[in-house]
Amino acid sequence: MSTVNIIDFVYLISAVLFMLGIKNLSSPATAKLGNKLSMTGMGVAIIATLASPDMFGYTMIIIAIAIGAAIGGYVAIKVEMTAMPEMVALFNGCGGAASALVAMAEFNGHTGAFANFTLITLLLSIIIGGLTFTGSIIAYTKLQGLISTRPITYPFQQVVNGAIVVLTLFLAYTVFQNPENVFAFYAIIILALGLGVLAVIPIGGADMPVIVSLLNSYSGLAVSMTGFALNNNALIIVGSLVGASGLFLTKIMCDAMNRSLANVLFGAFGAVDDSVADGGEGPAGSMKGFDVEDVAIALENADSLIIVPGYGMAAAQAQHVTRELGDYLSGEGIEVRYAIHPVAGRMPGHMNVLLAEADVSYDQLYAMEDINDDFSTTDVVLVIGANDVVNPAAKTNPGSPIYGMPILEVDKAQTVVVLKRSMNVGFAGIENELFFKDNTMMLFGDAKASIQSLLSAVKE
Amino acid sequence: MDTGTIIIGLTIFVLACFAGAELISKVPQTLHTPLMSGSNAISGIAILGALIATGRPEAIDAESMLGFFAVIFATINVVGGYMVTDRMLQMFKKKARKKKQ
Repeated sequence: MSTVNIIDFVYLISAVLFMLGIKNLSSPATAKLGNKLSMTGMGVAIIATLASPDMFGYTMIIIAIAIGAAIGGYVAIKVEMTAMPEMVALFNGCGGAASALVAMAEFNGHTGAFANFTLITLLLSIIIGGLTFTGSIIAYTKLQGLISTRPITYPFQQVVNGAIVVLTLFLAYTVFQNPENVFAFYAIIILALGLGVLAVIPIGGADMPVIVSLLNSYSGLAVSMTGFALNNNALIIVGSLVGASGLFLTKIMCDAMNRSLANVLFGAFGAVDDSVADGGEGPAGSMKGFDVEDVAIALENADSLIIVPGYGMAAAQAQHVTRELGDYLSGEGIEVRYAIHPVAGRMPGHMNVLLAEADVSYDQLYAMEDINDDFSTTDVVLVIGANDVVNPAAKTNPGSPIYGMPILEVDKAQTVVVLKRSMNVGFAGIENELFFKDNTMMLFGDAKASIQSLLSAVKE
Repeated sequence: MDTGTIIIGLTIFVLACFAGAELISKVPQTLHTPLMSGSNAISGIAILGALIATGRPEAIDAESMLGFFAVIFATINVVGGYMVTDRMLQMFKKKARKKKQ
């Protein structure tokens, strides 16, 4: 068996370890082991590659790994759990950049003529990797609030983007015809980077779970393309695993909003439409603001409570005090559960991670389909900074932009307490009739401060 | 690259897509963020290509410089991705439920 055969065999082992790693993610109890298996897979693949007879020097490699590990490690230790979506976006962008750079290096270092297939996959890797890089950076800046989370739109946006795609593919074709055409090659890189920016700016903050998932899928695809170009099976397998994972999450997110992927990408959902915001007719009834004491009494008299967290809980960093309140009330004999909508927050599973950070037992967390039937027999529902995912208009009002979106049916509970920062409309820019219902108690203010005072009130 | 190699590569790609979709559909909603950051870390596997591009040339040239930056990016992706996933998974705990009074 030659060294190359041995290396390929080690790649197979690491692919199996990656698969087992994901398999173990099927339960929180085995997930930690899964991550360790996956890490081991990565470790052996790297060692096998370094042992390859092609290797000439290691100095630059050691320096690069030291720099990368220092940055990645520092960020991973420092990041707040509430900032996880932007972190994932940033790491994802690094993955895309790496694939594109590897393809560029291969393009530069290749001796002799390119095989057609190699050239096509190299170009695809550069295009997909490049747009993943800038797209992820834009997603990061939006999630961080560095630029507006509202969709940024301009006239003929899709025409412009479409033209850039066509131009990029045309240039790729010219490079394919003549690999010596360096000008076209660099133009492709610039266009791909620009495309990532232009494709993500028209997408609103609440749609970020879809975009982060989709970019994740793209980075996988870029890796696969690099794998084809380098004829490296490890890259092909892993790239398709990541691609499939990203696509799967994208589909779950779209289904949870009852919108097509095309609508998310091109719909500029959440763009401020002043004519509707000002002139539209509000729901019947009036919003009733309550004092902390009133809400505390409702909680004390309840036998069952479901807490519904949303992005507002993350923004206010209220997960710890929420858990304190939940624990205190369950200590008083109240059944406390948490209901989590698939698109609550800014990335898939965002709320689950925050509540896990706050030490909420994971068997207290319920997915929408597992808990929706229980709202009608629940005394109190506490909605913390969630809006569109509990808006009954999704079921009752065919004219609503979110009509058809599956929601947590909190309005069926006996009493609904809604913690909200202000009277403003939610991200989708639509009124929520839940807030105007007779069985709804509104508690205005910062989520963290409100829950803190609620906690002291119920303790008295 | 001959057609046979291409077909083998495509076969691996398609089968791995199906295997991946099958495995991932078993991951519960609670673990979707770790799934994402974990699969993200795995996509840093591009580091293999980056290492070869950096270590293969005998002198510093365009290829090795591009490879150098690719290794940095891929390492950030791998190290950061795994560490943050591990940090998150450490937090998922099941506690003994308090008894009702």
